[in-house]
Amino acid sequence: MIWNPAKECMSRDEMHALQSKRLQKLVNYVYHNTPFYRNKMQAMDISPEDIKSIDDIVKLPFTTKQDLRDNYPYGLQAAPSSEIVRVHASSGTTGNPTIVGYTRKDLAVWSEVMARALTSFGVTRDDTFSVSYGYGLFTGGLGAHYGVENLGATVIPTSTGNTEKHIRLIRDLKISGIACTPSYALYLAETLEKMGISKDDINLRIGAFGAEPWTENMRKEIEQRLGLKGYNLYGLSEIVGPGVSYECSEQNGSHVNEDHYYPEIIDPDTLEQLPYGTTGELVFTTLTKEGMPLLRYRTKDLCTLYDEECACGRKSVRMGRIVGRSDDMLIIRGINVFPSQVESVILEMNEFEPQYLLVVERKGNLDTLQVQVEVRKDFFSDDIGRMLAMKKRLADKLKSVLSIAADIKLMEPNSIARSEGKSKRVIDNRMLK
Amino acid sequence: MIIKQLSIFLENRSGRINEVAKIMSQNDINMRAFSMAETSDFGILRLIVSNTDKAEEVLRAANFAVMLTDVVCVECPNVSGALAQVLDRLTEQGVFIEYMYAFAEGPVANVIIRPTDVNLCEQILAE
Repeated sequence: MIWNPAKECMSRDEMHALQSKRLQKLVNYVYHNTPFYRNKMQAMDISPEDIKSIDDIVKLPFTTKQDLRDNYPYGLQAAPSSEIVRVHASSGTTGNPTIVGYTRKDLAVWSEVMARALTSFGVTRDDTFSVSYGYGLFTGGLGAHYGVENLGATVIPTSTGNTEKHIRLIRDLKISGIACTPSYALYLAETLEKMGISKDDINLRIGAFGAEPWTENMRKEIEQRLGLKGYNLYGLSEIVGPGVSYECSEQNGSHVNEDHYYPEIIDPDTLEQLPYGTTGELVFTTLTKEGMPLLRYRTKDLCTLYDEECACGRKSVRMGRIVGRSDDMLIIRGINVFPSQVESVILEMNEFEPQYLLVVERKGNLDTLQVQVEVRKDFFSDDIGRMLAMKKRLADKLKSVLSIAADIKLMEPNSIARSEGKSKRVIDNRMLK
Repeated sequence: MIIKQLSIFLENRSGRINEVAKIMSQNDINMRAFSMAETSDFGILRLIVSNTDKAEEVLRAANFAVMLTDVVCVECPNVSGALAQVLDRLTEQGVFIEYMYAFAEGPVANVIIRPTDVNLCEQILAE
């Protein structure tokens, strides 16, 4: 099924014309409402009149996460605060979260693109759908929630936590669809088995999985253990949240809602736009956003775009799986973690050497983060209680900065390998299998 | 008698205690007693050695996190009930013991006590 055939199946020429018209309008809008973009464009000696078609997008400035941080909290907001009806925030690297304000129209567009995604996964008005992303500042919960409501299915706002109760609801309410992170889906399967409930006792048939990278092997495992079909749902809070792109029945890449979020692939070093079929850094321009519209936002996600027609009937551009990052960000249980966040905490504490190593593992079905730190010789104590208290202080500080718990391992001085130039700060053992 | 104990921070890693033992051996330092306190990821090795200052120096040179801790060494007969007598006196005076360990040589047993108040503990036991 296709939610909005007029847009999702629009011919390439019509889409080009629509995107061109929308880009012109957007550039005009940000030029007159966001000093940040006006200054950037003036410095580059371009004016809104220079943008005549979507192909002129290459003339426009990029936006980075750092720009959002530097202009915290509302520097990139274009709409007046009276028009903003909701704010979401994503985790920040060194204290400043990214604040994204939505107008009423932004929320309507978000519900529209989420309904397209869910319809593409096969969700209908007859489904009972559990939204198991976190509700709150994170875009996952509320974003998926309003998409399900817009589509007309019954939404069960389970959020995260209390997995056993969730499973009872899945069984008793005959929940047929679920949106969550793929690692939570695996945890759900594990808990199901522990409770002695078989996948034949439940009615789950569709899973919308996103917010963290996952593999084909994980998909097979989730599908087999929960008895459902799993689809990729991609998004990022700076652009809108979940619903930027979505898989179809062909499962050959994720269709981008490119009438709203225009995708480009660039070379992260030269910043040149690359043709379809080439792997590079994914960049989005929010063609229709009012609250916080962004020009050429660099996602740092590495992937490939394809414009060949899809057998599902949609003509929109598809993006392949995210194959990596052009920075050192880690996604752990759906939360963005930068090594620099850990570093800033360690540097604040005299007890530790400025040497650390992050080890990320997938234990059972959950991602775990271990932080290894060296104890300074002068701070070593003969008292085990004091050493454990030191460990706990670091654990608590990290938890408040990262929003996820890390296992701390105290190391002897000089035990973490030093290297000239760029030190190895991260060992990620998750993707090996 | 108040004596100096070496406390060494060790990661839980195989061969680590052996490295300490080797350094002691290479420097002709005799380990008279030791005890190991451990948690899931690290441990504290506590040593009474023949030449404390030298041991501290060579361990530091080998990049160990090491410190000296004052502990009380009590000599008592190596017979049943002797330790209870010593501890009774400490308990009566409200001395709290963080940890202790012992080593026996023939008719005599030496008990190493780390109390919260080292001086008070020594005073009580000297009486």
